[in-house]
Amino acid sequence: MSESVTKAPVDTDPVTIESEAASSSHRILFAIIAVLLVVAPFVAYPVFVMKLLCFALFAMAFNLLLGYGGLLSFGHAAYFGMASYISAYTALHWNLNPEFAILLGTLGALVLGAVFGAVAIRRTGIYFAMITLALAQMVYFFCLQATGFTGGEDGIQGVPRGHLFGVFDLHNDLTLYVVVAVVFLAGFAIIYRVIHSPFGQVLKAIRENEPRAISLGYRTSRYKFVVFVLSATLSGLAGATKAIVFQLASLTDVGLGTSGEVVLMTLIGGMGTVLGPIVGAGVIVGMSNYLASLGGWVTVVQGVVFVVCVLLFREGIVGVLNKYAKTKF
Amino acid sequence: MTTIFGVPTAALFGQLLLGLINGSFYAILSLGLAVIFGMLNIINFAHGALYMMGAFAAWMALTYLGLNYWWALIVAPLVVGAIGILIERTLIAPIAKLDHLYGLLLTFGLALIIQGIFRNYYGSSGLPYAAPPQLSGGQNLGFMFLPYYRGWVVVASLIVCLATWYMIEKTKLGAYLRAATENPTLVQAFGVNVPLLITLTYGFGVALAAFAGVLAAPIYSVNPNMGVDLIIVVFAVVVIGGMGSIMGSIVTGFGLGVVEGLTKVFYPEASSTVIFIIMVIVLLVKPTGLFGRAA
Repeated sequence: MSESVTKAPVDTDPVTIESEAASSSHRILFAIIAVLLVVAPFVAYPVFVMKLLCFALFAMAFNLLLGYGGLLSFGHAAYFGMASYISAYTALHWNLNPEFAILLGTLGALVLGAVFGAVAIRRTGIYFAMITLALAQMVYFFCLQATGFTGGEDGIQGVPRGHLFGVFDLHNDLTLYVVVAVVFLAGFAIIYRVIHSPFGQVLKAIRENEPRAISLGYRTSRYKFVVFVLSATLSGLAGATKAIVFQLASLTDVGLGTSGEVVLMTLIGGMGTVLGPIVGAGVIVGMSNYLASLGGWVTVVQGVVFVVCVLLFREGIVGVLNKYAKTKF
Repeated sequence: MTTIFGVPTAALFGQLLLGLINGSFYAILSLGLAVIFGMLNIINFAHGALYMMGAFAAWMALTYLGLNYWWALIVAPLVVGAIGILIERTLIAPIAKLDHLYGLLLTFGLALIIQGIFRNYYGSSGLPYAAPPQLSGGQNLGFMFLPYYRGWVVVASLIVCLATWYMIEKTKLGAYLRAATENPTLVQAFGVNVPLLITLTYGFGVALAAFAGVLAAPIYSVNPNMGVDLIIVVFAVVVIGGMGSIMGSIVTGFGLGVVEGLTKVFYPEASSTVIFIIMVIVLLVKPTGLFGRAA
């Protein structure tokens, strides 16, 4: 199927026109985010903000797959966690500069995402969710057993933050913050661009009605594969960055709990919205930070939030706000 | 000592039995998932938590009420099944018409709640639960030692699985069930109370999970995390077997348990991942699963 044929229906799609009309409000939005990023480290604890940004990027990457591709992966911690291990390992044992450590971690997630994606997209719906979950569990067991690489139960501790490009000392929280903010913005820009491209429109078409997209001539499995790999790679970028920020990679990053948390972030913020995952990440990271005194009850609270969101609040925070603002953020 | 392929027979058959026992749990749990999925179109992520609840119900019945194992085997599935019915009526029924993914997310949240509550009250270390005195001890079969309780687990779960299969495939109630799975509106028009059927099906699937939990209690220590790892393996079993057939989930469950046991003998490093590897291979060759129909 030639490209010119596949693009034709997209350009006249009303959705595209609508998003063009919204693009001026999106420009304002970008400005607000940029201002918030500049102000944040001075009003909040920088390490907390960096944690938030890493998880927000992770959630945005996940939302690209679920909210726009309609694919619920229940094992996204695999890419996040694996990248985090690779980045921590190469920074600690190979003395790599942080930029190379992060790059290698991200590449690792890309490869893992390509392999798992090729298997998982063979089934859809809940089967897809179960397959991604099982594959992620395989990664978890690997990380548990390969103690030479991952440090087993201890994880990889004392990862050096190092010097960016051999020049900028990242042990300064503010310098590191700038790096993390740039990584976050780059990820945000990539995801925004993908969503608002013809590729993104085809993804939405597949999400809404896959048989119809197939009958229009789209090879839907290719689109799904590409978005899966992209989502895994960006999740990896988030995980690798997080390993450098916290100087730690642990089993938690690769476990089922993290996979569930990223689903919850997207659900609570609003799936299929640009801003939703960021807001959701803010709520969940903030919650686990401020409710830390509850100890074991945090998971119960998370479970209750899950149930309430599904029963009463499926559009998420940003989804509800969008209804009032009559636009699409 | 006699050996097969360089492995002592006692070790080989020991692992084979262990595999069969794990397979029993895989079979009962994936059977429950299949029954629930057939009627409600919901992947019951809370299944592992309800299995754990079954084990705890047995422990509580003994500790607080003095009810022994045999009573627990009846009471725990009834109590947990009733809780399941309550869950279905209050939480699952309202979202029944939505995308399946919401059911998965809702039951995932439920699992977090249930496991979190038990973890907070009973800790994560695990509580001991003794096998019933009638089934303590064992028999030396010459080539291996067979503890009575383990033999009982395999036999009991086989009986329950086959009884469930018979009920669904061969009885009138089962015919209603299968018909309601195909076309609920039409079956409703014939005067069958489909919502009630759905509720009872969920209750029954949950009771199966609780039954497995009671069977498991004397083998593994009763602890809040016992369902978490198991349920992911069971999902893999479900993907391998394909959700279409009841018999499929029983056969795949036992079969994969044995495969896992054998892997433990010949290549222990892979024993926790072998089922996932098989899943990948099956998906590449036959995406609908071994016994599955096209979705």
